[in-house]
Amino acid sequence: MAHGPATLADGWRAYISRWVFTTNHKDIGTLYLWFSFAMFLMGGAFAMVIRAELFQPGMQLIRPEFFNQMTTMHGLVMVFGAIMPAFVGLANWMIPLMIGAPDMALPRMNNLSFWILPFAFAILTSTLFMEGGGPNFGWTFYAPLSTTYAPESVNFFIFAIHIMGASSIMGSINIIATVMNMRAPGMTYMKMPLFVWTWVITAFLLVAVMPVLAGAVTMMLMDINFGTSFFDAAGGGDPVLFQHVFWFFGHPEVYIIILPAFGVVSQIIPTFSRKPLFGYSSMVYATAAIAFLSFVVWAHHMFTVGMPIAGELYFMYATMLIAVPTGVKVFNWITTMYKGSLTFETPMLFSIAFVILFTFGGFTGLMLSIAAADMQYHDTYFVVAHFHYVMVAGAVFSGTAAIYYWLPKWCGKMYNETMGQVQFWVAFIGFNIAFMPQHFLGLAGMPRRYADYGLQFADWNMVSSIGAFIYGGAQIMLLYNVIATIRNGKPTTEEKTWEGAEGLEWTVPSPAPYHTFAKPPEFK
Amino acid sequence: MSTESSYYVPEQSKLPIITATGMGLMAYGAASWVVSGGSMIFTAGLAIMAVVMFKWWSLVIDENMRGLANDQLKRSYVLGMLWFIFSEVMFFAAFFGALFYLRVIVNSWLGGDAAIGLFDDTPTDAAVANNAILWPGYEAEWPPMITPDQAANGENAIFKGPDEAMSFPGWAKLLGWLPLWNTVILVTSSITVHIAHTGLKNNNRKQFIGWLALTVLLGAIFLVLQVEEYVHAYQHMGLTLESGIYGTTFFMLTGFHGAHVTLGTIMLLIALIRAIKGHFSNEDQFGFEAASWYWHFVDVVWLILFFVVYVFD
Repeated sequence: MAHGPATLADGWRAYISRWVFTTNHKDIGTLYLWFSFAMFLMGGAFAMVIRAELFQPGMQLIRPEFFNQMTTMHGLVMVFGAIMPAFVGLANWMIPLMIGAPDMALPRMNNLSFWILPFAFAILTSTLFMEGGGPNFGWTFYAPLSTTYAPESVNFFIFAIHIMGASSIMGSINIIATVMNMRAPGMTYMKMPLFVWTWVITAFLLVAVMPVLAGAVTMMLMDINFGTSFFDAAGGGDPVLFQHVFWFFGHPEVYIIILPAFGVVSQIIPTFSRKPLFGYSSMVYATAAIAFLSFVVWAHHMFTVGMPIAGELYFMYATMLIAVPTGVKVFNWITTMYKGSLTFETPMLFSIAFVILFTFGGFTGLMLSIAAADMQYHDTYFVVAHFHYVMVAGAVFSGTAAIYYWLPKWCGKMYNETMGQVQFWVAFIGFNIAFMPQHFLGLAGMPRRYADYGLQFADWNMVSSIGAFIYGGAQIMLLYNVIATIRNGKPTTEEKTWEGAEGLEWTVPSPAPYHTFAKPPEFK
Repeated sequence: MSTESSYYVPEQSKLPIITATGMGLMAYGAASWVVSGGSMIFTAGLAIMAVVMFKWWSLVIDENMRGLANDQLKRSYVLGMLWFIFSEVMFFAAFFGALFYLRVIVNSWLGGDAAIGLFDDTPTDAAVANNAILWPGYEAEWPPMITPDQAANGENAIFKGPDEAMSFPGWAKLLGWLPLWNTVILVTSSITVHIAHTGLKNNNRKQFIGWLALTVLLGAIFLVLQVEEYVHAYQHMGLTLESGIYGTTFFMLTGFHGAHVTLGTIMLLIALIRAIKGHFSNEDQFGFEAASWYWHFVDVVWLILFFVVYVFD
């Protein structure tokens, strides 16, 4: 473009059309990030409703039907609306900068991938206001709850999932094409930053499993409206088929969420340890191994479904295998820090917390993978605690670390370090108060997705709710910190914001110019 | 790795937001269509999509003709198409996987003869009990002409099996068996599109256009025959979407395949129109090549389908 990006000074029309019609990877990355944060706050509001209702035993605030809609929508919005788009936003911003590309490979399709999402989530959210209420069958939408017994709004949910899937597939194809085709001369595959590696593997997972999710919701649509019997034993189908198809998508999906988080942390820890990442190639192979294994372990989500014993054993051992490449990663992060000259700026604090808490969540995952023990844990708060340790302390902590780490590069302003660290400690403490007690609740037998509970669970539920409110408050602080930085942050123009940072993104000025690397840089 | 220095990054574009609007309207419209019956919103979305897709591809073709697309950009398109086809493979994998699971595992559980182990075909107690309590009288067979519902509830059943299946009719009736002809047509069309491709590579435009036209024709004939087959199934075989799991898997697998043949035929038709207008050369032919890859892909899907849905019953 001849001129720079339109700002508010050019008038509203120009400013809005810049964002709506843009083909610029940085603009699109910014759109993804703000959209995902809006969804994060909405999903967070649903979580607050859940925790407020569970503050005390008995029904106080909402009806159980609405509680079910809240748990369902919280899960859907957080997974598909907050975490996934947040990492796609980071990919859009950082991958072209990291590999020395002028933009994403297919810039117009990139814009389309983003702008589908507001439509998809408008449709999904509108179901809450429909007759019969929104989806109330859990974010895993098991048949027949989501077919025979579902509210009519399930049809809107199905088509929202369809277009979300289209968005994800296009976004992923774009990332794969960018990484395979747009690297600067000298940037061989084994020299790519780890964030790029984890993302290209994630994109592969997305292209592989989003169509399977589309298949699952299509089968639901046909069963609900057109008389087929995929999930109805009366016609020769099987509700368990739904779980197989869903988890064939769903298990890779959890790695889709966590692999980019691994990538972010693998960028940040070396920077603040002032040492190169320990075991770079083993990190790459471990990521690929995790991605491969994710396709062959899905039924560990279904141990109590009545599988033959051989199936239980196979899925148990296969699942445990995942601990090996994951262990390699944790070992490498810790070894990177070993004997480094560490400093503890906010991104580093979040990353260290990530390593500790994610590992903790990994261990509870190992407990859950034991088929015999899972008979006890299945569908209890222990599971809820486990996946919040990996999804929140894993994905969200690493996403927050990424925001603090790259914010100076994005807007040329430095965040307030004290505020950042305060936000970290509030988030860290709030998170652990919220979710640690849920392990105890689950082991004591409290089932998940219930609007009410027995008196013996009262104390830890109240503690958990208090923690959840604190953690919710920490996100408002994050929003404040980001806005305050953009508006009044101390300007920084140096290319290398962080003394120990390596990589092409730190060779361009801060804020990164609208167009970078029109000519590919020479990468040593 | 990038070697050129001038990758074409397009300027701002209105096409994506219009596409997203069309998709949003289609999604919302399809849902409200099945819920309350009106197809207005869906149709509006579809119309927007049709126009914007035409505009978008016209623009890409035009950019290519103006020489804006360098080799590197063309590689991006190649990668995009390959990974798109991979996503389609996975979509079909979901339905083939479902068919396998329903046929091999679920059916024997419902019939009460799910085996204890791989080498011991004594039925498990659970399967026997499942059959006796829930679906008494149901026997596992494929194709299932009687649904478990019918076996247990007789005339009151909601799901009623088909009168006839699409199975192999025996050697004597082989030549009158439609699926065989459909297989011949699709395999032939894969060969004709390849001959067209060879013609283009050798700068033989007559060969290119003639064989491409033949391919489009074969695609259209395939679709007509499939419609014929569906009409026959509904009117004379009692085989519908609602005839239990056999009708479900038959129509969903062949239906999605048919939808993809339709899309492939449209792609090839557009390539044909462009070829007649003088587009494509032995150097620059990806618009056609992509369509031909897609065509080979639907052909392979059909071959798998032919064997697992029609032949091995």
